[in-house]
Amino acid sequence: MKPIEYIRPDSADAALDAIRAENAKFIGGGTNLLDLMKLEVETPDALVDVHRLDMGGFSDTDGNGLRIGAEVTNTTLANNSRVRKDYRVLSEALLSGATVQLRNRATTGGNFLQRTRCYYFMDTTRPCNKREPGSGCAALNGPSRIHAILGTSAHCIATHPSDMAVAMAALDAKIHTRKADGASRTVAATELHRLPGDTPQIDTVLEDGELIEAVTLPAPLGGTHLYRKVRDRSSYAFALVSAAIVLRIADGKIETTRLALGGVAHKPWRAEKAEARLAGQAPTEENFQAAAEAELADARAEGSHAFKIELAKRTIVAALREAADRENAA
Amino acid sequence: MTSLTINGKAVELEVDPRTTLLDALREHLKLTGSKKGCDHGQCGACTVLLDGERVNSCLVLFAGCDGQDVTTIEGLKDGDELGAMQRAFVSHDAFQCGYCTPGQICSAVATLKEVERGDASAVTADDGDIHLTRLEVQERMSGNICRCGAYNNIVDAVMETGGAALQTEAAE
Ligand SMILES: Cc1cc2nc3c(=O)[nH]c(=O)nc-3n(C[C@H](O)[C@H](O)[C@H](O)COP(=O)(O)OP(=O)(O)OC[C@H]3O[C@@H](n4cnc5c(N)ncnc54)[C@H](O)[C@@H]3O)c2cc1C
Ligand code: SF4
Ligand code: FES
Ligand code: FES
Repeated sequence: MKPIEYIRPDSADAALDAIRAENAKFIGGGTNLLDLMKLEVETPDALVDVHRLDMGGFSDTDGNGLRIGAEVTNTTLANNSRVRKDYRVLSEALLSGATVQLRNRATTGGNFLQRTRCYYFMDTTRPCNKREPGSGCAALNGPSRIHAILGTSAHCIATHPSDMAVAMAALDAKIHTRKADGASRTVAATELHRLPGDTPQIDTVLEDGELIEAVTLPAPLGGTHLYRKVRDRSSYAFALVSAAIVLRIADGKIETTRLALGGVAHKPWRAEKAEARLAGQAPTEENFQAAAEAELADARAEGSHAFKIELAKRTIVAALREAADRENAA
Repeated sequence: MTSLTINGKAVELEVDPRTTLLDALREHLKLTGSKKGCDHGQCGACTVLLDGERVNSCLVLFAGCDGQDVTTIEGLKDGDELGAMQRAFVSHDAFQCGYCTPGQICSAVATLKEVERGDASAVTADDGDIHLTRLEVQERMSGNICRCGAYNNIVDAVMETGGAALQTEAAE
């Protein structure tokens, strides 16, 4: 085993300084990074712990939004009173993920940057372009189930596993970072993760050593919030397909739809085609079905995960129906 | 050097930085109550309380626990007697082989505290009121796998202990 250094800086500046060391990685809750280190999928030489950086916890933003420090745990975020009230879909998404034990450790920053659960990625004896560029993709020839149906490439069909990130995409959250050279920038949650293309080893648009400091949510949208997750067991399992929805109906017409899908792509999939199809329409079964068909029109799957195309459509329709029923009852 | 409190006792220990809290407890401190099932966050056998909140000790670095407070199954006894949750597990036959049990009990103790505090779960109704129903207990305890399938009796033990605690409180 090679030696490793563990560093616990107490300011963002010190953390950015430490991360410039050769092959260093930030560690939040460690629930993904330590898992992957034990599998030798991740092999950092230094770990820079973000727990003592003061990244600010919660605060209200100008314009009635909410700022969330990157160190806030998934448990704390899910139970925050403003999140429960104004951003309910985020609370539901978080509570549908993992377990209390894991959510107590998992951080907001780490959740965004958790890596795919593709079993071949997590098994160093198998070819995987994400883990070892150019080695091939075992998922294309072996059993697939948790794999992608939208935005795939010939090089990788992995999905991003986070539930939280799907709700963040639906809510148009923004991610605030500092690059290793100290410069700040803001990235939309919908733009953080990328499609695999011919460089599946690159998960996100962040640079090496870029620190997530905070996430902001815009002013609440109102309406009905709902997170629907379909999986192989009813708790403690990743999504096969999930849908995050915010729906507002006024005078029998759909005024706002925010729809993002999980488990279907290399990134949280904001369903813009479905949203456009529903704008101003009546909340009918026919329109829901047409929206689902529009969103999945380009879906492709060669392997044993092909069932997810139909599953995604049904999930969208069922989630829209439930949200509309609740919205009409409100 | 990492300094922390474990079951009420101050402990100082220097380990390789990759050492998990679970390995430090079992291999270095000989607190073998916490079990290693999967070592990957998938079973809950290693559940302990860190600053009072339950975590999978297999996915926590020991060095990161500096200044924190750890409670393991060894710390849940009531003087020289078993604690209330431990007694309930015995009386409800809430185990068979017993391998998952220390993690189950740590998780169960935390569950009651979380419910009392008003933490929501995936099955908590919209009105926000939380009742210790079977469904709530099952969802909140889903991070602890029992290969012997003692689940029904585990839920009974948690519910009874939760009910008993609530009655004591009401009587005060
Ligand atoms: C058995 C199991 C089941 C699970 N089930 C689900 C589920 O159903 N749904 C779900 O969504 N998730 C699930 N998870 C995943 C879990 O949500 C993630 O592991 C967790 O959110 C990662 O957060 P962390 O803080 O522990 O990240 P870490 O493991 O600490 O880090 C993950 C990555 O983020 C980087 N990082 C961390 N913090 C920062 C920062 N501030 N800035 C820049 N980089 C940073 C690290 O370098 C690392 O690359 C499950 C995990 C396990 C083990
Ligand atoms: S799908 Fe992507 S992550 Fe999975 S084996 Fe193929 S290249 Fe690797
Ligand atoms: S040993 Fe930690 S969760 Fe299985
Ligand atoms: S009692 Fe045997 S695993 Fe639970």
